Amino acid sequence: MYKLLLSVRYLRTRFIALASIISVMLGVATMIVVNSVMSGFGTEMRNRIHAILSDVVVETNSLDGVHDPERWMQIIREVGGDDIDSMAAMVEIYGMMTYDYRGQSVMKTVQLVGIDPLTRAKVSPDAGVFQNSLDSYQEIKEDKIVVREPLRLPNEPPSWELTAEAMEYRRHHIKLQQEYIEKRKWEQGRAKPEAGASDDDAPAAIVNPFADPVPSAALKDTAPDFTTGQHPVVEVDQAAPQPARVFVGAGLIEFVYYDEEGKQRKVMRIVRPGDDVMISTISAGRPEPVRFHATVVDVFKSGMSEYDSNLVFCNLEELQRVRGMIDPDNNDGAITSIQIKLKNYDRAAEVVRRLQAALPPGLFSVRTWEQKQGPLLAAVEIEKAILNVLLFLIITVAGFGILAIFYMIVVEKTRDIGILKALGASSRGVMTIFLSYGLALGVVGSGVGVAIGLLFVNYIDKIEKGLSWLTGRKIFDETIYYFPNIPTDVSPTMVVWVALAAVTIAVLASVLPARRAARLHPVEALRYE
Amino acid sequence: MPELLSLEPTRRLMQPASVAPAHLSTVALEKYYRKGDHKIPVLRGVEINIRRGEFLSIVGQSGSGKSTLLHVMGLLDSPSVGEVLLDGDRIDDLPQTTRDELRNRVFGFVFQFYHLLPELNVLENVLTPLMIRHSMFGYWKRRREFKAQAEEILEKVGLTHRLKHKPNELSGGEMQRAAIARSLVAKPEILLADEPTGNLDAGTGQEILGLLRNLNEQEGLTIVMVTHDESLARSAHRLVRLTEGRLEVLNEAA
Ligand SMILES: Nc1ncnc2c1ncn2[C@@H]1O[C@H](COP(=O)(O)OP(=O)(O)OP(=O)(O)O)[C@@H](O)[C@H]1O
Ligand SMILES: [Mg+2]
Repeated sequence: MYKLLLSVRYLRTRFIALASIISVMLGVATMIVVNSVMSGFGTEMRNRIHAILSDVVVETNSLDGVHDPERWMQIIREVGGDDIDSMAAMVEIYGMMTYDYRGQSVMKTVQLVGIDPLTRAKVSPDAGVFQNSLDSYQEIKEDKIVVREPLRLPNEPPSWELTAEAMEYRRHHIKLQQEYIEKRKWEQGRAKPEAGASDDDAPAAIVNPFADPVPSAALKDTAPDFTTGQHPVVEVDQAAPQPARVFVGAGLIEFVYYDEEGKQRKVMRIVRPGDDVMISTISAGRPEPVRFHATVVDVFKSGMSEYDSNLVFCNLEELQRVRGMIDPDNNDGAITSIQIKLKNYDRAAEVVRRLQAALPPGLFSVRTWEQKQGPLLAAVEIEKAILNVLLFLIITVAGFGILAIFYMIVVEKTRDIGILKALGASSRGVMTIFLSYGLALGVVGSGVGVAIGLLFVNYIDKIEKGLSWLTGRKIFDETIYYFPNIPTDVSPTMVVWVALAAVTIAVLASVLPARRAARLHPVEALRYE
Repeated sequence: MPELLSLEPTRRLMQPASVAPAHLSTVALEKYYRKGDHKIPVLRGVEINIRRGEFLSIVGQSGSGKSTLLHVMGLLDSPSVGEVLLDGDRIDDLPQTTRDELRNRVFGFVFQFYHLLPELNVLENVLTPLMIRHSMFGYWKRRREFKAQAEEILEKVGLTHRLKHKPNELSGGEMQRAAIARSLVAKPEILLADEPTGNLDAGTGQEILGLLRNLNEQEGLTIVMVTHDESLARSAHRLVRLTEGRLEVLNEAA
């Protein structure tokens, strides 16, 4: 009883103890905040990667791929059995994408992924994940005001059809182009054609294969004069999109700049849905490199810059066709990868093992998405581990603070310890005073620390705003991370571990002083002044 | 007369059963302190037998070892040579925890400098021996009983009006009375008082002494009191002087 009473009294009358409580508290709070934010980012990143890579990825080792995807998918279905939810066959090759910007060609190396949007959307971990990465399903906000509503309803399946807006834009643009060409022709007809005449101002984003030889009259589709019979309706629609359609990664067609004050980060989009881009495949092997025009149907944004500045989704059959991957005899297209969605991801390792055994090893490699992104995910984990070690050192420092303070208190209380022993207190009892004192410090410190940490995480966006306002600088720039809010993920086990570790350290730090107190000789302690 | 019974420990077993052993006695008690290679002898063969219910006074020069003797008898310190016996049984070589227990149950200490715990108020200070004796739960169950017990004793020493005061809010006499109350609350058999009147004026000293005499007479408490004041010392049953590490009997009053 005296142990409790005295440790409480010592706690209350020693303000220095408050210092160690505060250091324990701060250590615990920062650990919780940093861990929550880091695992928030980590989870967000994993979700984004997982939106692109489905649970299990089967890839051919050669870029030429394998024919007869149905047969392979049948094998996979037999091997995987009930674990397989759905599958999507794809072609993944490397290529270049070229588009014009202010009369200059911009060229980017890209990874071309031939997909069927419907089956691709089905292998996403959750319904709607693939759609959510497409621009036309999102609303666009500027300064918190919606400037554009979503162009497609969320339940609309992804397809290669252009939205009405994109079509409208395409028509308008082609019209402008036609008029420009007309003007040039007329000018050239009047004056002597100038050699090297610059056509820098041409709105050249759309490359219309039919544009040049066809007379301009064909473009007057806005107000065709049917009554005169001058323009028959059978003519080709000038604005018809290319047979090749693409979803382009946002990073490939955007660039970032800062406004006049150099503060506001802005994004300029050069290519819009409805524009045409030029795709060329690169290859060292048998399929000859080919070039083709493709119409941008949508802009794709996963939030992972590796994907957004690399990936171009293309319609599977068209990609197979232009690349000569279709067997002319039986119309069978080759594919290079099959993405598999499982019913239960916990069984992934097992499914991968079975697939590896069943599929010819030289031909395919089978991996879970985590294995495929292993180095990146591992890097994040290591980062988190290192940060945790550093933060834990803070708590350890607090522990040494407790050690020093307790030593001081033991020295200061030497006489009182002598008194207690003279009154019959055992060494263990005296030790318990200081151990429970340490325990109380740890419990109070980590309790308050947990509370502060959780509150901080809860109000992190408000705190971020306050800090941004105070410092006059944006601390968390949502345009960099694509997050509207700072992602956080509080794991209860983590909180419990941090709190337990802090309490343990506080108790451990009080062991030495407590032992010293326990070993004091009562008479010498009583003589101590 | 009791001194005659101070026999060798081995022979003590053979003593006639009719003769009750002394309540507290020491046998050839020696105590040295070591200062480097030097042995500083403080007690050199102290033999004393204290009867049950006796009031013994010890006088001696400052530095003669009075406090040391009291500490050794009260198991706060262990003798270098010799034995301490309680009711004829050796107690100085008992295990640490048993000695802790004996200190708590059998002995009451009053220290020269009061030695109250500054963080606790008078009532809590008085209750500490009981808190030490009982487990947390056991104490909690009987806390009202204990509190009443402590208040009764505080009333006896005349401190009822100072229950909630911290030691630094008390006068020397009040602190000494609180210390006496603390030494008595656990109902000890033997009270070891080290200059309980040392820092008090004569009047207050007399008051305290009266208190001790009352306890001795009414409750049969065995008291060993160290004092400087020979006039106070004379009111005890017996008065011994400690010189050069040995005891000499000065007065064997009734
Ligand atoms: N730890 C120690 N080391 C060395 N010598 C000590 C130690 N403790 C006590 N002494 C010596 O033992 C002797 C007896 O001390 P003690 O306190 O018993 O005297 P005392 O008779 O109670 O004196 P006073 O009347 O002043 O209280 C003193 O000379 C003291 O110097
Ligand atoms: Mg003394």
